[in-house]
Amino acid sequence: MARKISMKQAINEALDLEMTRDPSVVVMGEDIVGGTGSPGEDDAWGGVLGVTKGLYAKHGDRLMDTPLSESAYVGAAIGAATCGLRPVAELMFIDFMGVCFDQIFNQAAKFRYMFGGKAETPVVIRAMVGAGFRAAAQHSQMLTPVFTHIPGVKVVCPSNAYDAKGLLIQSIRDNDPVIFCEHKNLYGLECDVPAESYAIPFGEANVLRDGGDVTIVSYGLTVHRAMEAAEALARDRVEAEVVDLRTLSPIDWDTIIDSVERTGRLVVVDEAHPRCSIASDVAAFVGQNAFGALKAGVQMVTAPHVPVPFSPVLEDLYIPNAPSIAEAARRTLSPTGTSPRSIAA
Amino acid sequence: MTDDLASQGPFPLSRDDLLKAYRIMRTIREFEERLHIDFAKGDIPGFVHLYAGEEASAAGIMMHLKDSDRIASTHRGHGHCIAKGVDVHEMMAEIYGRSTGACRGKGGSMHIADLSKGMMGANGILGAGAPLACGAALAAKVRGDGGVGISFVGDGASNQGTFLESLNLAAVWNLPAIFVVENNGYAESTSRNWAVAVDSYIDRASGFGLPGVTVDGTDFFAVYEAAGEIIRRAREGGGPALLECNMVRFFGHFEGDAQTYRAKGEVEAIRASRDCIRMFAERVIEAGVVSRAELEAIDKEATELIEDAVRSAKAAPLPGPADLLTDVYVSY
Ligand SMILES: Cc1ncc(C[n+]2csc(CCOP(=O)(O)OP(=O)(O)O)c2C)c(N)n1
Ligand SMILES: [Mg+2]
Repeated sequence: MARKISMKQAINEALDLEMTRDPSVVVMGEDIVGGTGSPGEDDAWGGVLGVTKGLYAKHGDRLMDTPLSESAYVGAAIGAATCGLRPVAELMFIDFMGVCFDQIFNQAAKFRYMFGGKAETPVVIRAMVGAGFRAAAQHSQMLTPVFTHIPGVKVVCPSNAYDAKGLLIQSIRDNDPVIFCEHKNLYGLECDVPAESYAIPFGEANVLRDGGDVTIVSYGLTVHRAMEAAEALARDRVEAEVVDLRTLSPIDWDTIIDSVERTGRLVVVDEAHPRCSIASDVAAFVGQNAFGALKAGVQMVTAPHVPVPFSPVLEDLYIPNAPSIAEAARRTLSPTGTSPRSIAA
Repeated sequence: MTDDLASQGPFPLSRDDLLKAYRIMRTIREFEERLHIDFAKGDIPGFVHLYAGEEASAAGIMMHLKDSDRIASTHRGHGHCIAKGVDVHEMMAEIYGRSTGACRGKGGSMHIADLSKGMMGANGILGAGAPLACGAALAAKVRGDGGVGISFVGDGASNQGTFLESLNLAAVWNLPAIFVVENNGYAESTSRNWAVAVDSYIDRASGFGLPGVTVDGTDFFAVYEAAGEIIRRAREGGGPALLECNMVRFFGHFEGDAQTYRAKGEVEAIRASRDCIRMFAERVIEAGVVSRAELEAIDKEATELIEDAVRSAKAAPLPGPADLLTDVYVSY
């Protein structure tokens, strides 16, 4: 039975269902319960934005607040994962990854291969990504390409509540380390979500809109901007196909290539910086594998190559928007099919 | 320090310095109380962590510093900025995201910096300031200028590896580095007594081979005297030290925090009994060194200063689109 719930509730529900189903699932993070040792209410916060609220009442000590020591507790989650638990560690903001990165990219990511296939590391690291929260340079980054660069970790970034629930359940059941990226500006967005448990397999993109003129590929928040752009293009009789990648490692190359072979035109939208990004990755792959199908140069719409600015007027310019996506699509349709070098602004 | 010694009364500061310390604390308090109100009105974007209740720590330490001494601050940095001499108008404009802000609107509350004042930046990453302060201390040591580097860290952030590694580095390099633990009892909603396994930071410090001192951080004079001793020692090549200031936080972790993890009546109680500014005022007035009227005049000036800072911040220009792409080494 489906009801309308927010992405925040969907994530809470996925954790709840998996903790109920599997006693080896433990959840840890800073203030994910809240109020530990403090004189007032227990379960006072349920995470900094309330995502894990209420889980402590149901699952008790399998939810653990941690000291402010990301290297130690993320590392402990990884170690416990190699010893039979299925930990979900919450990192609050993905920007804090810098503090504990070794445990992820030299430890968790390497074990399976480096130990000759003998180790499994079923750990999930949840973290908020993305700009638009007025949270400035150290709480707003879209660091997805940092992780897709590393073999051995899987990278997930849902754009809606339905996908968030199914992908988080899949992440917890998966036997490899998963970086689960939650866009903080999508937490409140509601859609129909079944109450029961379901898993969405990794590496399957979602085609949100069919169209034969141009393919727009994105993930996370900018999927919604891409959909807005597609509506605007449709008013000019340009039909865009919008592909939501959902998982970035593994990535669904087949769906991308299949779409580009039909449309001949590609716009990739990425909230990360332009260099070595998901956008440049997709553009390169298509250039290599579907060159013959392309009728115009691939267009990338990304954040600019600057840190996230604080001032709302600047931050709004920073995030790729629907007009710039539509504009990029139109460029692929123009006679030359090329454009001046450009950024999202 | 123009007054003669006789006018100091029972205090280790001159009358002028007492008035200066009071002005710093009162300015911080007015700044924070005003942000609290304006945030609730929806005027201020982003995360804002207020320093109200903790003023004696910033003032008691910064009274010993020159612009050439460096501090590395935290997410709760407004008080450190004001006490280190950062312009209040520029701070307010920064918090409002204006181009006249201390960081031209690019940093916001969590990243206010003014290197010309020795303020190396508030910081959004817990524990990140400690290695940076070691770097400032190293620079002072290499130059031999007698300067110090001071790292502020919360009780919660004192559990970061960066902080603990910095204690050791400062000790083995014998740096003029000072680690101020601002212990307000909470890290977000989590109790310090749960999250830090030792009772005293003196034990932590001695575990790393440096001296530690604990003071009542709501007592300006206790902070001032302990900091003075530690800073003098560091300037003379005596090496690093840790200063724990036990203090209280008047507002939530950040603005918008309902604070249900605190005891009922806790905030009212600490406001009534542990207000560092009121305690300071009572002591200096009682000692007959300054008059109530003098302090009230400072109160009035602080209110006016903040009012003016808010008014001019609101009227200041916003950054323009071109500013998005400046101050970075290359644009693509
Ligand atoms: C590396 C890192 N982890 C987590 C956070 C989120 N966070 C910001 S402030 C805070 C609590 C800090 O507590 P404390 O150090 O005691 O300072 P206080 O807020 O009490 O001044 C947390 C967990 C962060 N900013 N950086
Ligand atoms: Mg604290």
